[in-house]
Amino acid sequence: MESLTSPTVTQRDQLLVEQQVFSLFKTFYNMPPSSQSFMLELQRENHVEYLTNGLKQLGPSFCVLDANRPWICYWILHSIALMDEFVDPELEDNTIDFLSRCEDPNGGYGGGPGQMPHLATTYAAVNSLVTLGGDKALSSVNREKLYSFMQQMKDASGGFRMHDGGEIDVRACYTAISVASLLNILDDKLVQNVGNYILSCQTYEGGISGEPGSEAHGGYTFCGLATMILINEVDRLDLSSLIDWVVFRQGVEGGFQGRTNKLVDGCYSFWQGGIFALIKRLNSTKGERSIPLGDGEDSDPESPRTTASSDATEEGLNKDLSQDDSHSQKDHHDTSSRVNVADIGHNSSKGHAKVNPLFNSLALQQYILLCSQDLNGGLRDKPGKSRDHYHTCYCLSGLSVCQRSWLEDEDAPPLPHAVLGPYSNLLEPIHPLYNVVLDRYQEAHEFYTSS
Amino acid sequence: MDYFRAIYKADERSPRALRLTRRAIHLNPGNYTVWHFRRLVLEALNTDLDEELDFIQRIANSNSKNYQLWHHRRWVIERLGSNARAKELHLIKSILSLDVKNYHAWSHRQWVLQALGGWEDELDYCQQLLEQDIFNNSAWNQRYFVVTRSPFLGGLIAVRASEVRYSVEAIVANPNNECPWRYLRGLYKDDIESLVNDREISSVCLKPSQEFRDAVVALWTSDTHPLDADLATAICDILEHVDSLRASYWIWRKNKLPIAA
Repeated sequence: MESLTSPTVTQRDQLLVEQQVFSLFKTFYNMPPSSQSFMLELQRENHVEYLTNGLKQLGPSFCVLDANRPWICYWILHSIALMDEFVDPELEDNTIDFLSRCEDPNGGYGGGPGQMPHLATTYAAVNSLVTLGGDKALSSVNREKLYSFMQQMKDASGGFRMHDGGEIDVRACYTAISVASLLNILDDKLVQNVGNYILSCQTYEGGISGEPGSEAHGGYTFCGLATMILINEVDRLDLSSLIDWVVFRQGVEGGFQGRTNKLVDGCYSFWQGGIFALIKRLNSTKGERSIPLGDGEDSDPESPRTTASSDATEEGLNKDLSQDDSHSQKDHHDTSSRVNVADIGHNSSKGHAKVNPLFNSLALQQYILLCSQDLNGGLRDKPGKSRDHYHTCYCLSGLSVCQRSWLEDEDAPPLPHAVLGPYSNLLEPIHPLYNVVLDRYQEAHEFYTSS
Repeated sequence: MDYFRAIYKADERSPRALRLTRRAIHLNPGNYTVWHFRRLVLEALNTDLDEELDFIQRIANSNSKNYQLWHHRRWVIERLGSNARAKELHLIKSILSLDVKNYHAWSHRQWVLQALGGWEDELDYCQQLLEQDIFNNSAWNQRYFVVTRSPFLGGLIAVRASEVRYSVEAIVANPNNECPWRYLRGLYKDDIESLVNDREISSVCLKPSQEFRDAVVALWTSDTHPLDADLATAICDILEHVDSLRASYWIWRKNKLPIAA
């Protein structure tokens, strides 16, 4: 029997959002088909214009008040790359030069020229340079100095500090490990005890918190899971608890909330949605059978019951994974038989097998397209909130994940009805561990493993 | 900011430098470099840190979600020690009264409790918050933190029975509230056997009695597909339909069920 007391703050806030979202959906469903098609269109030109303007305003006027500027570069550049658009070569050059000015002579990138190096801004700067691609961008990173910066940020607990004397949390671990992996400077010294720290952050709910004891949170869960995969210790997590927690973060609106009983927010389309991309990847690299499509719930009528070509795949992948003969799945903490972690990020599955996403991809796409899009360009948290570059980046990243959620192989072309709205809504695939566009990752990987 | 950069480069740790960092922080509270340098200056000048807390508080009024601020607070409190404890716990409470799920505030509160103590009233505080809003997951999380780590409660096993009772009451009052369900599972983390055998819990959800089975069967509305004989499978089938947003997940769960004997 439901409680008869008046609604609590949580219930009231939730109800307000539901009303807004459902009224939007109702309006949509009552529209004629031609209007519906328009509403489901990704407003590419407007988004690109909004984004490019944001990058330009950054360009010449180097105002040192902002400590987040590499982030703004990344959010904008990544969003543009997702839409398979390009930045004007002059603007590109200016950006590379600007990021170089954010680089500390002793390694790492700060929030702006003259600022202390910081792991988060380092992550943003490196991801920006990888997204830009090309020799000039990729070679501009001083990897030796960056490695020593990371070593200094390493704490005895296994975690990393964001900056000299800064806070330690799961986000710092992810930014460090992700960058080190991408630049091919990840080693046992950096990896040591990181797994222990992250493990201590998995909560009773199943998700992962920022620090031990804090609440399970989408952002930190993504960071924690990605890090554990990158250091090859993901089996230490209670994955079934984690999955059970994250599937319930998707709400009636179709979008994801960051924490239990909090409000939906477009950016969690990536932080929470991306977790499924990681898990999907995990299931295939571990050689587990991919989930065969059921008959009733078949979201892909063109394909009959398809199982992954898992036997052939398994063999190929296990061969890639085991650089070291003595490696076994259980042997995670023994550094001597550690799998070459440089290869972890690189393994993509072979073949065009199909899987069933564990989350509701179409519902999330509907939320992103109908609720998060600002028709004048940019994307936002939820209706009623303003657009910003951060939400633009993560809503689009989430959309990309959704569109490819039925594919085992990120590279394969999605089937038409995997994409909500016109097929032109299709975005570039990302590498879910780093959240950079896949072919930019591939270029960077080649560059940093050969040099 | 140019002045700041000059002083920072020169590494001048003077009262002038301190004043400059204050101004720079007002202009941009997100500038972690300035906060870091301020700490160096505070140390060098051996300044009164109680005043520093007031300063942070004034910045916090419009920036309660700023990482740097909270980190700086931690640094100050670390140096002030347990004398600062009561005032700090009180301050965090007042910030939470404005924004009861503020992530930084809760993390900071946990840090203060672990570093300086003050556990005695914490369970009551959680209780209070949950009475105001039983859907507040931050409060449930804090409750879990307290019952598992407070040196005064004897550890999880000691409080488990009463916590189970509390969770079950919460479930019965609002079965659609996810918090107490997860909390309940959390109480039996790594000990599924005990969870399944706990009579209080079965009374609420688990006992596969005939009555329960009848209720499950009643939810099944398909005429064409008979309900699976195995209860767990049947439940997955039902959930696939009544929780259709997660249909994929329930299919996956069903496929992972151990083969019925």
